[in-house]
Formats: sequence, structure tokens, C-alpha cells
Amino acid sequence: MLDDFFTRALIAGIGAALVAGPLGCFIVWRRMAYFGDTLSHAALLGVALSLLLQINTTLAVGGVSVLIAVLLMLLRRSNTLSSDALLGLLSHSALALGLVCLAFMTWVRIDLQGLLFGDILSVTVVDIIMVYAGGAGVLAVLAIIWRPLFAATVSSDLAAAEGLSPNRAEVIFMVLNAVVIAIALKIVGALLITALLIIPAAAARRVAASPEHMAVMAALIGAVAVVGGLYSSYYYDTPSGPSIVVAAMGIFILSLLPGLSALKWAGSRIKGGRS
Amino acid sequence: MKSDGNLVELARAGIRVNTDWLVRGVDMSVAPGEIVTLIGPNGSGKSTTAKMALGILSPTEGTAHRRNALTVGYVPQKLSIDWTLPLTVRRFMRLTNPLTADECSSSLELTGAGHLIDASMRHLSGGELQRVMLARAIARRPDLLVLDEPVQGLDYGGEIAIYELISEIRRTHGCGVLMISHDLHVVMAAADQVVCLNGHVCCRGTPSDVSKHQSYQQLFGARAGGALAVYEHHHDHVHLPDGKVQHKDGTTCHDCSGEHHTAPDQEASSAAGSQNEGRLTRVG
Repeated sequence: MLDDFFTRALIAGIGAALVAGPLGCFIVWRRMAYFGDTLSHAALLGVALSLLLQINTTLAVGGVSVLIAVLLMLLRRSNTLSSDALLGLLSHSALALGLVCLAFMTWVRIDLQGLLFGDILSVTVVDIIMVYAGGAGVLAVLAIIWRPLFAATVSSDLAAAEGLSPNRAEVIFMVLNAVVIAIALKIVGALLITALLIIPAAAARRVAASPEHMAVMAALIGAVAVVGGLYSSYYYDTPSGPSIVVAAMGIFILSLLPGLSALKWAGSRIKGGRS
Repeated sequence: MKSDGNLVELARAGIRVNTDWLVRGVDMSVAPGEIVTLIGPNGSGKSTTAKMALGILSPTEGTAHRRNALTVGYVPQKLSIDWTLPLTVRRFMRLTNPLTADECSSSLELTGAGHLIDASMRHLSGGELQRVMLARAIARRPDLLVLDEPVQGLDYGGEIAIYELISEIRRTHGCGVLMISHDLHVVMAAADQVVCLNGHVCCRGTPSDVSKHQSYQQLFGARAGGALAVYEHHHDHVHLPDGKVQHKDGTTCHDCSGEHHTAPDQEASSAAGSQNEGRLTRVG
């Protein structure tokens, strides 16, 4: 079954989407979309580093993303990184810097298209294992830090006052983001990772009755978008990464239709009695 | 004032940001069963002092001690809930610790917010939000309850009810209460100890001591101390160019209450402040 490139793509894509959904919810709730953008653009630097040092791309991207995530957070905490403009500056500088670094390495041929927009049809079995092992790890850690991270999202002061160590949860969350970016780079590419994170989350908003419900819905919507995008890319011969994002966008637009609020009531019944 | 049983204790505590001291040299403590109220004009360091006591900010100088394994219930001045976050009151009640359905509804009933249990947090009015936040803090059965402007957005009757509830919780649970307030009148009745801040501790003591104290009268205007007859809340609205509040002459803004609207608010709570303006002048 895994001999077929299309099947491999489906499995890897669904795995990435299942992880991206819940994490994307926090990115949306915490108003960090630009932050995620900066991180994913910086992933190109990781790619350049992996080529330079001849190491595994996913590991190098993950390492560089973690480094930059922590750096961004320190800058943010010292309040020098508060403005939109500064994040925009960093985001695009990271992208440009990555591209320039890659151009310097004249001895390697790079599929730039694949880096920027994803190369899901070329995923290997090893890639699939990385997506699922990394993804399971990310979701497990997210479940552990869920309460403090969620409390800090509603009010950082409140979480700190009531002894939930919001700072620790936020650092861990940043690292999780970096890992997801490394996982998703091959699926949708550096330019579209943020889309895979936030569009399913935004689409889930309209049908979600509680934060936990929204996280599950975002994962499912992301998976549906991957399947839809891949099949349409197959039939219409469109680039696969962008097709996935377009499919996600389509679901988001569907979620704006008024009839869907019925789903939300169903969800609130299911979730209602739970603590 | 140093004693072992205190829930929280600040000693000569101060916070400096760059070169400016937000607040400095604060000595303060809250014992179990005691209600301590911080009052002072906007930007006087009330919230900063509370955050030091809670351990949210660590003092640049001096010390802040909290008793071991202290359970805190905190009502912050505001929440930042994005529109994308589907948060009901029921879920918000369990934000920092699990609760049974009973604990959840009974503390909402206590604050008069029982009917809001399925409401979305984003659609609550200012007063409803205060009741819900207070209910959440109480449901934790805290040793120390910290309330930052607990009655903002409440009408007069609701305000009295909330202060009575706070006194009652103190009696039944025996918890200590640290409260921040703009509002002198009701605070005076509820508090055991009042600490009047303006970048440093201006004066302290029982409510009636403080209301007669000279620096309190300077800070809030001479009439505020006038036999507690006119409970008028005068912000000292002389702001120096460097952002500090000049509190020498509380008399200059006496006959122009409109100044409240033009003077720059030093705290992030300007929206909350403007809610309060409707009840600034009151005869009790």
C-alpha cells in the first residue's frame, strides 16, 4: 500500500493536519498568526543548514525553528517585539535570508518550488514515520500542558497568580510549534504552513461549542482539506500544497454558511456535561 | 507588622521599569481573615503592588513572600478573549482547576450569575463578567482572594451586594482578601486595613484613620475626608510631563469634573475608569 506515492502523500498529509489543527487553534486564540509565519519562513534557514552540514532536513529545520522560536519569545517578553511591523520585518527577512543562503550553495541543486510550496508527492516512508512519531509526541505534550497554556491564553496574569507557570507552558508551546513546522514543511512548504495551522482552526470556530471541541474539529477539518486538496490536485493536475490550502479555504467559506450552527448545538450537547 | 501567620507579605518592595519606579518601598501584609484594600489614583501602582504580592512580577528591590502552598483566587482587571475562542462561562469556571457541576453552579449562584452558566464569555456585560470572574475565584476555595477593581461595571446596588458577599466569604472561608479599588466609599466600610498608594505608601490604617489622614486628603481632595459625608472620588489629575502624578494640589480640579475625560489615564484600565465615571459623585 505504501508503494503508491499518492497513498503515502495522503497518509503523511492527514498526519500533519491532525497535529496542525489543535496547535493552530492556540495560534489563532493567542493572535500569533504572524508569529507562526515568521517561524515557518525561518525554516528555510534550517534547510540551508541541513544542506551545508549534510544532516537530516527535518531535524535541522526543527532545531533552527526551536532556536528562533525561543529567540522571538525572549524578544517579545522584553517588549521590543510588540509591533506588527517588527514581526513582518523579521518574517520576510528570514525568508529572504534563507533564499540567499540557499543560492550561495551552488554545489547543490535545490527544488525551491518544493521548499516554498511543499513536495507532498515525494514523501518517503521515513517521512511518514517522522510525521506520526513527531506528531504523536506533539499532541501528547500539548495534552499535558493544555490547562496552563489555555489559562494563560485567557489571562496570563491569572494563570501566573494561581500557580500554573504560564511561562513554562508558553516556552513548551513554542517548541511544539517549531516541531510542527519541521513536520509540515515537506507537506505544504514554508510559505503555506501558517495556512495549514490557522485556516482549519478558523473554520472550526463556527461549529465549535468549547475550546476542546474546536481543537478536535480543526484537526478533522485539516484532514478533510488534505484529502480534498490531494484528490483535486490529482484530477486537475494542480500543485498539491496550494490545492490543500485552497480546499481548507473552501471549508472555511462553507463554515460561514448559517445552516452549520446546527452542528454546534450537537457539539454543545456532547461536550456539555464534561468538566 | 511582621508576623508568621501572614498569607502574603511585602517588605520594602518596589518595581523599576528602565529608570522609572512604578512603585517603591511598599510594606504590606495580608493575614487570614483580613481584608486589605489598596487605594490610590490611576497610575499609583495599585495593580503593580498586587502583582508583586501574587508573584506575577518580582520586585526589583525588597522582598515578596507568600505562604507555602497558598491557594490564590485572582480576579484580574480584564481578560483578553479573542473572538475565535469559544468559551462559555461553564468552561471558564474550570480554567485553572477542575470543579464538580455543583461547585460550579453554587458559586455562580452566590455571585448572582447562576443564569449565565451557558452564556458565552464574550457576550457578557461588564457587570456580568465581574460576577462570573468572582464566582470562579471563589470556587477555588482560596486562602487568599485578590480582587483588582471587583466592582467595575456594576451598578450601585450590585456593588454593595458584591462587597457584602466578599465580607461574607471572608467570614465563612476565613480567607484573606487583597482588594484594589478606586472607589473609596464602599471600600471604607468593608476593609480592615486601607493602604493608600501613590508611587509609595502615602498612609495606612483603619478606614476611618486613613480618611482623616492629611496625605489622603491631599491625594483625593479635601472634601473626600470631610466627615465621610460626601463620598466624592477625586482623581488627582495633574500629570507632570514625565507621566508622574502631581498630588500636591487636589483642589485644582474641584469645579471642573469634565477633566476626567481629557486627562490621560495612566493605567491600561481607561475603559474601566470611564465606566466608573457615572458614579463618581455620590452622597452617602
